[in-house]
Amino acid sequence: MTMQITIKQKVYPAQGGAPARVLFENLSFDLADGEVCAIVGPSGIGKSSLLQIVAGLDTDFDGSITGLRQPVGYLFQTPRLLPWRTARRNLELVIPDRPGRAVEWLAQVGLAGSEDAYPQRLSLGMARRVALARALTIEPKLLLLDEPFASLDEETSREMQDLVAIHVRKLCPTTLLVTHHWHEAAALAQRVITLGGSPTRIVDDRLLQRSKAAE
Amino acid sequence: MRAAGAERKETWQEIASILLLLSLWQIGAGLAESRLFPGPLMVLQSLMHEAIGGPLFHHLGITLARVGTSFVIAMVVGTALGIALGRLQWLDRWLNPWLVILLNLPALVVIILTYVWLGLIETALLVAVALNKIPNVAVTLREGARALDRDYTDVAQVYRFGLWTTLREVIVPQLAPYLLAAARNGLALVWKIVLVVELLGRSNGIGFQLQSYFQLFDVPRVMAYAAAFVLCALLIEIVLFAPLERRSGQWRR
Repeated sequence: MTMQITIKQKVYPAQGGAPARVLFENLSFDLADGEVCAIVGPSGIGKSSLLQIVAGLDTDFDGSITGLRQPVGYLFQTPRLLPWRTARRNLELVIPDRPGRAVEWLAQVGLAGSEDAYPQRLSLGMARRVALARALTIEPKLLLLDEPFASLDEETSREMQDLVAIHVRKLCPTTLLVTHHWHEAAALAQRVITLGGSPTRIVDDRLLQRSKAAE
Repeated sequence: MRAAGAERKETWQEIASILLLLSLWQIGAGLAESRLFPGPLMVLQSLMHEAIGGPLFHHLGITLARVGTSFVIAMVVGTALGIALGRLQWLDRWLNPWLVILLNLPALVVIILTYVWLGLIETALLVAVALNKIPNVAVTLREGARALDRDYTDVAQVYRFGLWTTLREVIVPQLAPYLLAAARNGLALVWKIVLVVELLGRSNGIGFQLQSYFQLFDVPRVMAYAAAFVLCALLIEIVLFAPLERRSGQWRR
């Protein structure tokens, strides 16, 4: 079933000195099953807010999400691991019925040996890999990636991209990838939606021609 | 190893500090040479006398039971109230003035009024102590509930933790420092108030005993009873609060 995201309007209410602001107006798009779609656009345009709405974390908008695929794997912009639980426990929490897989997944993202480390002991790159493992270990039908490669050094960023590419290909979840780097979008996605304007709307929506060799 | 060594060193410093206090006390008492300022040895003697064959354990047990019961009541009610106030702004607006009034109402007034209204009974004691403590717990936990990080609740929602897991894995760990602070202050405050309540309207417990020995000007016994309770409080700190704090804070650093 196709996912349909329809946002007639999303308003940020006035807060402090800032006046109310219309963030999205008439922003709609469909996502086919297993489609990997990148969302690009300048910062502050509402890319993360859009993911929050798609994930169902923000329901305060006029519009609807239909055909939401479950379960949802969500890689937030910051890793958001529970700091008081070890890497292993952070994973076990999302797969309570098969906790044994936590260690396997940590090994898959290159963190064998760090299972019992608390998140504060991990570097940002490592923490984000744990968060990625958490998002993938539930075998998501919908995968939301919020700038997964930002503020990582080049090598770590490259490794993360490979990891995401491999597992997205293996699990085939419908994927929304938020980024502001066109080359990241091009490397992973079949389709790129560009956001712009104020209020934010879709300014470009295109399918990428991909050679089989690139796959 | 270095951490363990440092910890051992700290423990020794703490013990040395207590020994220093006791020696200063003993020296001071020696200089004063007064029946009204006994040294630690004399207090220890009274303590042993009251403990072995004396009524100390009887009264200590009664007081501890009262402290325990009212402590639990105050913590449970205060925590629930504090979390509700921290999460619901309208409720906080309504109840905050009441809380401020209760916080600043002298303990003695609350005690007298509950005794007058409920009679000189056990329930009155528990109500009086709990009423004195609940506002403190509520105010502390309100801060904790306000500081709850939405980021982690979002994670719980996306990954469908369910209510119980969210509570255990996401909410309680964030509230732990506030709960511990409230419990520590709580124990200290509760036992002080329990003694006053006993002194004013009960015919047993340490507060009652202190009153009797006060009338006899029997300072060594007054100090012996205080020492017995301080030892209990220390024990609770060592076997309960300190390990809990270590456990809840081990992920930091």
